[in-house]
Amino acid sequence: MRKIWSLTGGIHPAENKHQSVQSSIGSLPLPDRLTIPLNQHIGAPPKLLVAEGDRVLKGQVLAEPKGFVSAGIHAPTSGIITHISDHPIPHPSGMAARCITLEPDHKEQWIEHRGIDNYREKTPSELLDIIRQSGIVGLGGAGFPSAVKLGPKQPISTLIINATECEPYITADDMLMREHPQDIVDGIKILSFILGDPDEILIGIEDNKPEAFEALKPYLQDTNITLVEFPTRYPSGGEKQLIQILTGKEVPHGGIPADIGIVCQNIGTTYAIQRAIQHGEPLISRITTVTGKACATNRNYQVLIGTPISHLLQNNGFDQSQCPRLIMGGPMMGFTLEELSIPVIKTTNCILAPTAEELPTPPPTQPCIRCGMCAEACPASLLPQQLFWHAQSQNYEKLEAHNLFDCIECGACSYVCPSNIPLVQYYRAAKGEMRKLAQEKINSDRARERFEFNQARKAKEEAEKAAKREARKRAAELARAKKADQEASPGGADTETNSADDIIKAAMARAAAKKASPEEQRAKLERGIVRAESHVNAAQQRLDGLEQDATDKQWEQARAALEDARLRLQNAEQKLAALGAPTDDKLKDATVDTAKSVMDKIQASPREALEKKVSTLKERIAVTEEKLVSADDKTLKTALQNGLKKQQAKLKDAEQQLAETPATADQPNSTPKTEDAASAAIARAQAKAAAQESMSEEEKLKASVESLQNRLKKAQAKLTAAEAEGSEHIDAFRTGVEKLQAKLTAAETQLAEKTQ
Amino acid sequence: MALLKLTSPHAHTTQNTGNVMQLVLLATIPGALALTAFFGWGTLINVVIASIVAVGCEATIMHLRKRPVMFYLRDCSALVTAVLLGLALPPLAPWWLVLVGTSFAIVIAKHLYGGLGYNPFNPAMVGYVVLLISFPVQMTSWPAPMPLYPEGTDAPGLWQSLQMVLPFFNESVDAFTAATPLDTFKHNTGLLVEQLYQSDPLYSQADWAGVGWEWANLGFLAGGCFLLYRKVFTWHAPVSMLVALALCSALFYDGGSSVSHGSPVLHLLSGATMLGAFFIVTDPVTSATSNRGRMIYGALVGVLIFIIRSWGSYPDAMAFAVLLMNFAAPLIDNYTLPRTYGHKKPRKATEKATDTKD
Ligand code: SF4
Ligand code: SF4
Repeated sequence: MRKIWSLTGGIHPAENKHQSVQSSIGSLPLPDRLTIPLNQHIGAPPKLLVAEGDRVLKGQVLAEPKGFVSAGIHAPTSGIITHISDHPIPHPSGMAARCITLEPDHKEQWIEHRGIDNYREKTPSELLDIIRQSGIVGLGGAGFPSAVKLGPKQPISTLIINATECEPYITADDMLMREHPQDIVDGIKILSFILGDPDEILIGIEDNKPEAFEALKPYLQDTNITLVEFPTRYPSGGEKQLIQILTGKEVPHGGIPADIGIVCQNIGTTYAIQRAIQHGEPLISRITTVTGKACATNRNYQVLIGTPISHLLQNNGFDQSQCPRLIMGGPMMGFTLEELSIPVIKTTNCILAPTAEELPTPPPTQPCIRCGMCAEACPASLLPQQLFWHAQSQNYEKLEAHNLFDCIECGACSYVCPSNIPLVQYYRAAKGEMRKLAQEKINSDRARERFEFNQARKAKEEAEKAAKREARKRAAELARAKKADQEASPGGADTETNSADDIIKAAMARAAAKKASPEEQRAKLERGIVRAESHVNAAQQRLDGLEQDATDKQWEQARAALEDARLRLQNAEQKLAALGAPTDDKLKDATVDTAKSVMDKIQASPREALEKKVSTLKERIAVTEEKLVSADDKTLKTALQNGLKKQQAKLKDAEQQLAETPATADQPNSTPKTEDAASAAIARAQAKAAAQESMSEEEKLKASVESLQNRLKKAQAKLTAAEAEGSEHIDAFRTGVEKLQAKLTAAETQLAEKTQ
Repeated sequence: MALLKLTSPHAHTTQNTGNVMQLVLLATIPGALALTAFFGWGTLINVVIASIVAVGCEATIMHLRKRPVMFYLRDCSALVTAVLLGLALPPLAPWWLVLVGTSFAIVIAKHLYGGLGYNPFNPAMVGYVVLLISFPVQMTSWPAPMPLYPEGTDAPGLWQSLQMVLPFFNESVDAFTAATPLDTFKHNTGLLVEQLYQSDPLYSQADWAGVGWEWANLGFLAGGCFLLYRKVFTWHAPVSMLVALALCSALFYDGGSSVSHGSPVLHLLSGATMLGAFFIVTDPVTSATSNRGRMIYGALVGVLIFIIRSWGSYPDAMAFAVLLMNFAAPLIDNYTLPRTYGHKKPRKATEKATDTKD
């Protein structure tokens, strides 16, 4: 005998399995219509291939898998598609979703299909594709697409077939084993081949199914499959629990069985895979137990997917007046149905119609007396009473520390609680709330990043403004010096210098506005690239980190995010490349000073920009660290730590770049051009000043008035445009216009005085 | 009939809190009988008075708190408190002593803290300690075990006992009181343990640890085993308390010299040891939560009992030890979380930063 390990915790609810194993698996007459939900699995909904009014054959694809984690659906019988619309589906919330309604034509006309004679001639991935196309999902529980589960990245040393069926009342797997042992063993061999023939193949079965055990046994001779029987105890059929019982290993927190070299498959799924591979039959029906005292007959049926529950019940003498609640699944983890038109889906293993005496409605809740019976029953070694306590007070931090997310919602704790506390309900609510909060945290992290980025940008603008002021001051000094020169020379006059000064200043301002742009754009783009890169990285990480059982939606979102981030990165890089050489015309009418300063800046820019970046990053890190020290809120702290890590990574990058950038301004390409442009601009500005000097005073005044008028017009146009755009620089434009107006008035009065 | 919407699980044990409490009450019977057999009607009278007071207080408070009175009385938790306190008080204690202790336990120690499940301190022990501090004379006058009555003295009958307890009769108890085994040890000056055992009929006529006391303790031990068997609690707290107490007393037995604090057998089978181990330390509300926590909790109670018995000024120490550890229980809880499935090691309830998500 193989060693078995014992289940932690666990309970012994009344089994109530005998009622439904009295007769063989039956079949039902075709219902009037089948309602087939589009999405019956965990993952992305499949792509619809049929339309209302189409005639379909039995086994025809109605929808094909879309995305990695997805599964197709097939017509359970031949007939006409009458509707494709929303209809209540089996779901704890009682929600409605997209369903295909099929009216059977009672011909049962199969689509052409054939199985594979020797699957060992195919590759595992070909077989996986058949499984995927056949719409096979985990039939024991949540309905995770089997092809995904059977194609793990990790090497697999143990294949476990779950024949536990630990929930009371349900006997679908039990009957399947009794009636189709050969097919099941064939199915297991197929799984073994797909997984690269693992060293060990175990079938785990509870000791309350001796008939099934005996039925399977003869078929296992001369195979390497071991049938392991262990004591009946709920929830030994949970995947993690079964692994613990059979191997003594535990699936690591946050991991999947494949991480420890194990793949687990439900026995019903194994059978479905055998049908798909060896007979070419997609998953269009399943075995469902119909039981409970409110039904006259209790029995298992091979039920077509999409059969309304009412059809099942009517054929079993259901007395609704006796049945206060109708359960899909077992009494421990099943959920109640409020409508009889809800269809059987791929994961429907049981329809339980108990009378009020059989499963009484829960008595009123009493206070928790901390008796600890729940903790004794918990298979995950949690402290349900503490979880309950903290869930009540919504202390999410404590819930996290008490490993709420390791709760498998088996209900063992609620079952034993003498105070009738609906513990699982509290856990579900708390989990939902915590998931929501986690999402919000991610969002707020993003917002914080954006905010910090804006802060940094503002600081940078501030610094640039200060630099501009400095430049202006210097220009003014220069002008004053010039003025002194002019005063010494004959014909020199105040107004001349004034206007010359004005021109210089204006040109400088204009140039400053423009000069800022290539540099600013470049820096902006560089920042954008850094950001985009980090987005790409984050998206990639998220994608890599997604667990195999993540929903398809998550997969798609992650992939979309990655794509999006990549695109943005590309864009930014292209733009930067386009900007590579700052365009000449932008500098053309710069005046002497500004042109020079632009030249300086451009020459120095890569290194300077990097240095600046490094220092800002350092500052930001310091700030974050300070915040981190003073932060006492956990969420904030983690957020800050994450931010800090990112900043440090950026800093490292920037420092590296800086190290790689030559200290001397050895600018390729752009430098000579810029220099040319700059000297041209200098020459032009000098020419302009000289021309002004040669004019008469009146003429000069007129020219200056004209130029001022022109500039005012331009400035006003810009202001209107800015106002229309709602630009953040409106104020700057406005002051500019006001100043120009003031100057214009001054110049005009002067001119008037002169011409009088 | 419209179909109900209910969440899983749909099945439930038939066990409820009232049943659990009733089992506890049932389990006190052997001990109570032994006490009655050796110390007379006083114990049962205590229990009855305490029960009436407790149910009265509970009903009044529930009424004041505008809760359904019968629903809460049915959980029997007030009765358990009353019975345990009644058993712990000296038999033939005056009626008002029981009244004060019980009402304090129910009103202050239980309901002022929020009622069942929310009280940090064991109500029966709070009641006991309040009485011990306020009325030390009445609280330390235990009747002598009946087999040791002087020749010719009859044990008081039910009526005579009632006259000693109830008002207006003023019958004196003094004639019947005597030192308890733990008292004797406390006041032992200069006698070797062996000499003491020979000279004092309390020991010389006993099998292990004092006439009457040993049987009362064995009775509570039997009740405790029954509760263990019925899985009302786990073995962790009581066993570790008894082991700790035994170890401490063995360590300080000192070969039975005149400064000995008594043998492990004496400590295990006298005073309130077994009552405490199986009915007080196991009180789930006020003890630690996890099994590991309960072991630590129980062991520390055992150590404290020994320390207070040996070097404190009270001969017995159950109530003090339990209350002190009630203080410490939340702290113990923080550091004794079990290792959850799939985790390498247990976490701390105080952990802040989390590197793991669902
Ligand atoms: S079983 Fe119920 S009453 Fe007992 S500790 Fe757990 S939650 Fe509290
Ligand atoms: S539902 Fe969660 S807490 Fe309760 S027994 Fe199951 S795993 Fe433990």
